[in-house]
Amino acid sequence: MKDLVKKKHLFNSEWFIEKTLLFAGVSSVLIIALIFVFLFKEAILFFQTRPPFDLIGITVFDSWEEKNIFKMMWQAVNETPKYSLIPLVCGSFLVAFPATVMASVFGIGAAIYLSEIAPNKVRETLKPSLELLASIPSVVVGFFMLAVIATIVQNITGSKFRLNAFVGALGVALVTFPIIVSISEDALRAVPKELRDASYALGASKWQTIWNTVLPAGVSGISAAVILGFGRALGETMIVVMATGNAALVTGDIFSSVRTMTATIAAELGAVAQGSEHYYALFLVGAVLFTITFILNLCSEIVINRMRQNLRM
Amino acid sequence: MSNELGTIDKNQMSVHSDMQTNLENQIKIQAKDLNLFYGDNHALKNIHMNIREKAATALIGPSGCGKSTFLRTLNRMNDTIPGVRRTGEINLDGVNIYDSKIDVVALRRVIGMVFQKSNPFPKSIYENVAYGLRLIGMKNKTELDEIVEHSLKQSALWKEIKDRLHESALQLSGGQQQRLCIARALAVSPEVILMDEPASALDPISTAKIEELIHQLKENYTIVIVTHNMQQAARVSDYTAYFYMGDMVEFDDTKKIFTNPEKKETEDYITGRFG
Repeated sequence: MKDLVKKKHLFNSEWFIEKTLLFAGVSSVLIIALIFVFLFKEAILFFQTRPPFDLIGITVFDSWEEKNIFKMMWQAVNETPKYSLIPLVCGSFLVAFPATVMASVFGIGAAIYLSEIAPNKVRETLKPSLELLASIPSVVVGFFMLAVIATIVQNITGSKFRLNAFVGALGVALVTFPIIVSISEDALRAVPKELRDASYALGASKWQTIWNTVLPAGVSGISAAVILGFGRALGETMIVVMATGNAALVTGDIFSSVRTMTATIAAELGAVAQGSEHYYALFLVGAVLFTITFILNLCSEIVINRMRQNLRM
Repeated sequence: MSNELGTIDKNQMSVHSDMQTNLENQIKIQAKDLNLFYGDNHALKNIHMNIREKAATALIGPSGCGKSTFLRTLNRMNDTIPGVRRTGEINLDGVNIYDSKIDVVALRRVIGMVFQKSNPFPKSIYENVAYGLRLIGMKNKTELDEIVEHSLKQSALWKEIKDRLHESALQLSGGQQQRLCIARALAVSPEVILMDEPASALDPISTAKIEELIHQLKENYTIVIVTHNMQQAARVSDYTAYFYMGDMVEFDDTKKIFTNPEKKETEDYITGRFG
């Protein structure tokens, strides 16, 4: 009977372990919350000295002549600084969107090959090499784009700028690709074998089974992969600093130099006086970027959840 | 006239008796010297078996005896498993389905299959039944509607779901899902239907419905059913084969197998002395 009585310890180790693990689990939420608060607290200070319209580049109180397209500029170091976010957002999307499209086409293709077609041996060598691609530091990719690919692209397309959005997009696609492959492949492999069997038993060929059964069942996971990839592409910094030319232009031309939100922060924040208008403007850029990627991640989370429900059998 | 139904190996002539009723039906599928290996594992040993047209044939035996493996050789579903090696023939209406000229895809339209775990596609009820038809390029809406309705009626599901054809098939109960899978198999108008323990995951009422369905279907289709449940085999089948360790121990009229089996092993299994 005595053995069954709870032993009193000076120090309850179970309690301690549980709380430590709880802290580890909660810390990520805590860190995100802290960054969020800090970022927005600083960003909001921009509006002490500037009206919100400045972020677009249209100044309501200016005379008609001044209210033209050239006001949509990011010229932070200038006698009359301009802080329009339009060229930066435009630059970011002009790099991230083509990068995601390229990475998705190849990434989903590679995922289908790996999960449905590749023999085991091929998969066992291909998968690690794809993961190796993800481990290349982005500064190396950026350097490679800057030094090698940019020249090749210019030779082929004859573009005016050697460093442009397209070269940046190629580099970003390279780092987005492994993410999209990995998540899409997981989604495809999660499609139950029973569904494939059902399809084969009804007289479907391999490709018909992939197209009519496996892809529709895995489409949510693949969408999530693309959304996450897009978020990653928007957040990529080093490659775009090195390969896009960093001219803050409002343009839709993919072979024009552009400057992304990330590149702007990376290039300027180190040289700016703390507490200045420019300093707060950069935080504002960061806050916008964070909001966009946060929403994208949220979307992918919702989409993945929906997939889990669809496949519950 | 002997060995119409086949035995474990050629030398062993046995398994026979009065089969007036049986002989009325033509042989639909004939397994000849069938051996199958999973790697080094000899999973099916020299199987000889004649499966009769428009009758239900049950395959019984303890787990791992090879009955499901045998079933899957009949529509070449084992082809999708890596490391499987096979010798011998399976003849469907006298044509060897393992001949290199055979189109597996076409074969599986003739020999449909229903699986142990109901596996409807995450699509609407209608699209599940229409799946096989769309594969062969059928686009005519009225024709599709007709076949979908007919198949669902055949599988005794139509009354229950006719108002929600376009809702997700995953909302159906387990028994309904299984009958949907049968409807889906029927839609491509097969001649043979293979059933791999179709009722093992279902409640008694759903099981009774599936069994009733098998009774009706064998009027028009050749049915081969794997089951763990001996009462079920006795209830639904005309012929029963007892498998053990990759051998087909005995194959005969269901009545005979369950009342007066030729082999001691069969009797032991039937009476529950082992297995």
